[in-house]
Amino acid sequence: MKNKPVPEKWTVTFIVSRQKGQGKRHFEQFNLEVDPEEYVLDGIERIWAFHDRSLTFRHACHHSTCGACGMLVNGVEKLTCITPIRSVTKDSGTLRVEPLRNFPVVSDLAVDMASFYLNLEKAQFSQVAPIQNASLPFEDQSMEGDLERLVDCIECGMCVSACPAAHTSSGYLGPGALAAFQHSLNQKNDPRLYDLVDCHDGPWRCHNAFECSAVCPSNVDPAWRIMNLRRKIVSHRLRRLFKRREAAKP
Amino acid sequence: MKNAPSPAHWLRWFDPRYRQPGTWGYILNRITAIGLTIYLVLHLGVLSTLAKGPGAYDSFITLVKSPGFMLGELLVVAGGIIHGTNGIRIVLNSFGVGVRDQKVILAILMALSIIGIAYFAYVMFLVD
Repeated sequence: MKNKPVPEKWTVTFIVSRQKGQGKRHFEQFNLEVDPEEYVLDGIERIWAFHDRSLTFRHACHHSTCGACGMLVNGVEKLTCITPIRSVTKDSGTLRVEPLRNFPVVSDLAVDMASFYLNLEKAQFSQVAPIQNASLPFEDQSMEGDLERLVDCIECGMCVSACPAAHTSSGYLGPGALAAFQHSLNQKNDPRLYDLVDCHDGPWRCHNAFECSAVCPSNVDPAWRIMNLRRKIVSHRLRRLFKRREAAKP
Repeated sequence: MKNAPSPAHWLRWFDPRYRQPGTWGYILNRITAIGLTIYLVLHLGVLSTLAKGPGAYDSFITLVKSPGFMLGELLVVAGGIIHGTNGIRIVLNSFGVGVRDQKVILAILMALSIIGIAYFAYVMFLVD
């Protein structure tokens, strides 16, 4: 009979951002013994279970479907339920966990994402779409027939957290919502969507940092979609301009 | 609401820690834009010396030929080149060209910028 391999053990110092109500943000340290193959969320849950029951954080599915557990791990946006501890620190190392940026902190690691969800709603974003519309042009689309699939965005908000343009502008629709607009326009060429998105806080506020696509855990590629959305808007403007000219002809 | 977006967070634009090359391009574009704007204001101020007569203008020209000013001029040239080449990347990407290869495009354009800046430095400091 084979012996079961003994899991490797690391000692890791979790440095966790704490903030309650209007209080000042500060950091608290928790030393944990972890298996490096565990995920960052496992460590945070253990802090809550065995060290401090007042620690607040969002989580649900534990398999990168709900998008609830997005946090800043050592300065980078990560979906903590699929981020192995081994990939972000080392034995006797530290692991700094902070709430997502560009969203108001509700408590500790939980942020208020209401504005993000409202912007997605404006885009009339549907979660299921024909396979040709749900996929990006450079993705495999070899499946034929009238198939539908779930679209990729899991609404984690990490794209908004990573976007430098979103740091300073509360009105900016943000990469996630702009990707949703592009996706909606792929499905239905509704002119009202153009009226909503072609604005000061729309795709023109993006300054091509491409951070959104780098942190997206679902390969939505919001940056590519924003560039594509710009082309769609310019085409729409030109079409509208020539239609007006045609209509003005005697 | 300290974590919410706010114009007061503008300093975050310049924080390159843990960020991608796209953000480095973003930061370079902001720094060079601020530098070029300041230069434009200074330039207009300098041109006003023309109104004070040939003597005042000639003495100013003697001053700007000093090594300190020449270095400042090289910084202006560097700012213009970096801002311009980065702008080419942004325009290309905005028209859907090379979006998936934006990191490579940035690297190539920044390499060309360095070559351009080196050429100008050579002409300004070593020729004549």
